[in-house]
Amino acid sequence: MPNIGKLARRGGLYTLLGGFAFFGAFPFYWMVIATFKQDHDLFSPLNNPFLFNEPPTLDHLRLLFTETHFTGYLTNTLIVGFAVVVITLATAVPAAYALARWARGWGETMGIGIFLTYLVPPTILFIPLSRFASFFRLQESLWSLILVYPTFTIPFCTWLLMGFFKTIPKDIEEQAMIDGLSRFGAMTKVVFPLAISGILTVVVFSFTLSMHEFIYALTFISVSAKKTVSIGVPTELVRGDVFQWGPLMAGALIASLPVAVVYTFFLDRFVAGFTMGAVK
Amino acid sequence: MTSPARPGSSPGASRGGIFDRQETLAKLLIAPAVLYIVAMIGAPFVLAILYSLSDATTGEPSIHLVGLRNFGAALADPVFRLALRNTFLFTLLSQSIVIVLSRILANALLKPFRGKWLVRFLIMLPWTAPISLGTIGWLWMYDSIFSPIDWVLRYLGMLGTATALLGPQTNLYWLGVPGLAIASVIIVNVWRILPLATVIQLGGLSSIPKDLIEAAEVDGASPWRRTLMITIPLTLPIVSIAFLFGIVFTFTDLIVVYVLTRGGPVHMTQELSSWTFFKGIEAGDLAQGAAISLFMFPVLALVAIFILRMARRTEVV
Repeated sequence: MPNIGKLARRGGLYTLLGGFAFFGAFPFYWMVIATFKQDHDLFSPLNNPFLFNEPPTLDHLRLLFTETHFTGYLTNTLIVGFAVVVITLATAVPAAYALARWARGWGETMGIGIFLTYLVPPTILFIPLSRFASFFRLQESLWSLILVYPTFTIPFCTWLLMGFFKTIPKDIEEQAMIDGLSRFGAMTKVVFPLAISGILTVVVFSFTLSMHEFIYALTFISVSAKKTVSIGVPTELVRGDVFQWGPLMAGALIASLPVAVVYTFFLDRFVAGFTMGAVK
Repeated sequence: MTSPARPGSSPGASRGGIFDRQETLAKLLIAPAVLYIVAMIGAPFVLAILYSLSDATTGEPSIHLVGLRNFGAALADPVFRLALRNTFLFTLLSQSIVIVLSRILANALLKPFRGKWLVRFLIMLPWTAPISLGTIGWLWMYDSIFSPIDWVLRYLGMLGTATALLGPQTNLYWLGVPGLAIASVIIVNVWRILPLATVIQLGGLSSIPKDLIEAAEVDGASPWRRTLMITIPLTLPIVSIAFLFGIVFTFTDLIVVYVLTRGGPVHMTQELSSWTFFKGIEAGDLAQGAAISLFMFPVLALVAIFILRMARRTEVV
């Protein structure tokens, strides 16, 4: 009797999880199908849409890589992502360290203040920032994105790193200073290497958040060759009445999966940023 | 007792000196981040307020103040009112569903089972993949002719025959009918935020001390009572955090509506963010656009206050 109950509970658990996994991943399965399906098969409403009724094809991938700017979108995304990572590290790491360590009292308050600016959404800022971009003649330039994306990476990453630095015991630094290092030396030679996992997290997030960003890119960039993946795929391959579903789905899939794999590993740390304080 | 030791006065001297330098160094290290935030968030925010009080357009971007006229004009516009209603509707409905589903899912994920990393990867995909690309997948699933949902309904005989439950037409036209378009947008918002809320809730659930629940079990508390008296009160702060961030992300999101419907059919799924974009950028009316976007601000400020309170309260504990 208890065995049957246990089995039923197991079955229930797997059904539940299977249902949720299906809900989460189905749109991506749908991309896989469309990527490799022949147009004739794809656009026959009577064919079973979940299976390959005709042999799979690589035509859509060929089209995507040879006849669209897709590789250009990927390159642009990489350029912007790396530049944003550099700016974020250069500003957030020192700020977080100083706030966590040296600024007593007002450090925590200021940290929360910086984090709260993360809540000012791009949907309020994109109109004035579009004027900034045109004032500095940065429209249609990747520079506009490189300079604007740190507005959401710096607040979040500073907050996240503050948490990391707080977990590094003070004694280690003090010992290093007794051993003859300067305060600055203790920070760069002793503390930063210990915070490497936090810094790696920041690298992943800055890059991921830059890659996900849509609104600024949509507003600042309209030349196809300058677009990033997140706007290039939805706006360039959907244009007109003809939806190029095959290449479109292929592009969405190829750009999504690698970043999703990396992000999954770091998701817990990202969420720790939101819940810091609420869970101890 | 008079003032504490000043730098320069005997034993505290060197210590005070270091602290002074430390404070300066701290300010120096914090400055770039703060300057960036002031220049790129603070200044634009002030500019948004100025625009909303002016008659600026992309053609004539200089600022002549005209008072609150833009806010009045926005409120008088039926499309704006629809956008305002939709923003609340999409946010509250999707986040209520998310809170319930994420609790169920987090409870399931707490249990040990095989292939957890794969299940987790699949469940997290909507949040980890770029949202505009995930939404493109949904756009194809909501297609007016080739929707797989419609195909399944036809296969089950619920659509496309004279006696079918959902009508004799071959498709439901998900994004073409107002009610269904609204439902479609809400479904994608649920899909998008569910992973985030689940991970936040997982953190909350796993932080409940095991012995507390065991003690309650020993005392003979029923599972229902244990949930009501222990799990819910203890995880309330974390659930609120999940809810608040879900609200921020959904309330201000432009991507889902922009990619799926562009606010259509006939503005029925327009939101504050999408209406801001179409007015302020596509139509070039900076002043109107800024005014519309600022209607989001009170809600965001309220959310920020709640988050602050949450942070303060837990600090005391």
